[in-house]
Amino acid sequence: MPAELTAGAPPLAGDRTTRARAVTLGLAALLAALAAISLEVGAADASFLDLARAWAGGAPLDATSRVVLLDIRLPRLAMGVLVGAALAVSGAVMQGLFRNPLADPGLVGVGAGAGLGAIAAIVLAGLLPPAIGGALGHYATPLAAFAGGWVSTLILYRVATRQGRTSVAVMLLAGIALGALAGALSGVLIYMADDAQLRDLTFWGLGSLAGASWTKLAAAAPLILAALAAAPLLARGLNGLALGEGAAMHLGVRVQRVKSAAVLTVAAAAGAAVAASGGIGFIGIVAPHLLRLTIGPDHRWLLPASALFGAALLVGADMVSRTLVAPAELPIGIVTAAVGGPFFLWILLRNRATLDL
Amino acid sequence: MSGGAGFRAEGLRVRLGGRMALDGADFSARPGALTAIVGPNGSGKTTLMRALTGELSGRAIAAGCVTLDGRPLAQLDPTLLAQRRAVLPQASALAFPFTVLEVVRLGAADPAAAVAALAQVGLAGFGGRFYQELSGGEQQRAQLARALAQVARPPADGAARWLLLDEPVASLDIRHQIAVMRLARGFARSGGGVIAVMHDLNLTALFADAVAVMVEGRIVAAGPPEAALTDAVLSAAYACELRVNMAPAKGLFVLPHAPAGALS
Repeated sequence: MPAELTAGAPPLAGDRTTRARAVTLGLAALLAALAAISLEVGAADASFLDLARAWAGGAPLDATSRVVLLDIRLPRLAMGVLVGAALAVSGAVMQGLFRNPLADPGLVGVGAGAGLGAIAAIVLAGLLPPAIGGALGHYATPLAAFAGGWVSTLILYRVATRQGRTSVAVMLLAGIALGALAGALSGVLIYMADDAQLRDLTFWGLGSLAGASWTKLAAAAPLILAALAAAPLLARGLNGLALGEGAAMHLGVRVQRVKSAAVLTVAAAAGAAVAASGGIGFIGIVAPHLLRLTIGPDHRWLLPASALFGAALLVGADMVSRTLVAPAELPIGIVTAAVGGPFFLWILLRNRATLDL
Repeated sequence: MSGGAGFRAEGLRVRLGGRMALDGADFSARPGALTAIVGPNGSGKTTLMRALTGELSGRAIAAGCVTLDGRPLAQLDPTLLAQRRAVLPQASALAFPFTVLEVVRLGAADPAAAVAALAQVGLAGFGGRFYQELSGGEQQRAQLARALAQVARPPADGAARWLLLDEPVASLDIRHQIAVMRLARGFARSGGGVIAVMHDLNLTALFADAVAVMVEGRIVAAGPPEAALTDAVLSAAYACELRVNMAPAKGLFVLPHAPAGALS
């Protein structure tokens, strides 16, 4: 091995590993900082520092502040971190699977399919035999959203992909059709819903972290954590797929297995996120796209960095939504769409020449 | 070569899109040699190559099987197979903006192997460029570097390493055509095996150690260039009159030899 390639040498041209590591660490620090600020900021005048002091044996904290911090802000923060990470990772994995930077669960009908599952779980809960309904408990909604997202991803992949190549036009159009179909079926279910269920649906559909509680967190977390844990195992396979299915197979990738696992990961992450917080758009497009521009498309770095970036974006957006019109708050979906919509148009503008629709 | 070393296909029948793309093809290639597959368009060259890479699904293969060192390809572990043979596809569209170095490192994580492979294909210093910004010929050489890097290290079991090249010189200028063919022959001289689908009969005659001529899904002639590339075989295979001649220095060359209008 030539001496200049051994340790301590300047980085090789075209090797973005060092930058990827630095960016990932930076994003972790950013997320930690945003999390700390988000625990401090809010309508109530409660400070996490006081709670920390109380724990350390200082002046005891009053009950209201305790509740605000431990039962409102902390679960909301945790939910923001998990949902943000899930949205970004599901976007990045889906883009790798479809070999296309525009694939995003929210855009191509997977989110709508997951939403249909969640609505069905809420409206049709009474139809389940009590034994099964009781066993599923709070997990029924995220699991149904996962199933809905899974079926939509499978249909989308079958329609839009031929011999490992995705047609962007077919993917987006099929996504529109899937979204419309899921929307229609959701409409039927909403029509069937009683008043109490309608209230649940309305809160859920706002696309908000406002209803976050430890119970909802416990229901969504297992699926999201499973998806986040599975994503790194997909990285090498998705890198290979960037060369095409044949070339991935030549590199030793078990293509069929990677594709099935990627579909499941997308459905689990997107489904649980939708079940937990309704439709929050654009995180899955914005985070991976910006990261590809800075650290490159290597999924071994892109996936963890996307998770951190998505979490930071959502926690940041949640702070904006809570403080912009305080003491009221904007649904977070409005904030992400207001920022993400123009960003998406910018991506389209930049890639107009190569998209070839 | 005896003992079944190398790639071997016997009575291979492959059905693709309702027609027999391979119809009883017998093919073999041994390590240490550059084996070229030639034949007219649609004769099944690329299908044979895809069968050799292990890419064809079991459903497509109607009869026969491909073996590597006597073992059916389908039984080999994908990871092990990837250590023993690398593939240069005919065309490859890369999703996402990878740098050239990152593309080569998809073949081998080892940065030294990647840098060495880029130098071998004449792309030293191109590592930092974006793959999409390269010319067609440079992209093809970058893909070749990726394949070289993948089999840069001998497999753990000491078996021969293979390069399977589907039209490796298709989009290259003549200087790089010769450089790539030299590289392939050098790989074979050092004990590796090379199988290349070729369109250029003259480059084939110059560089191949063995040639298989395909017509309509079958191998109609196989052996050293002098034996396989004859007037009769080539004229029948390509359905036009061709004459094989000896160059003054050494080696064969092929000339189209048709009356005016016969080729149109």
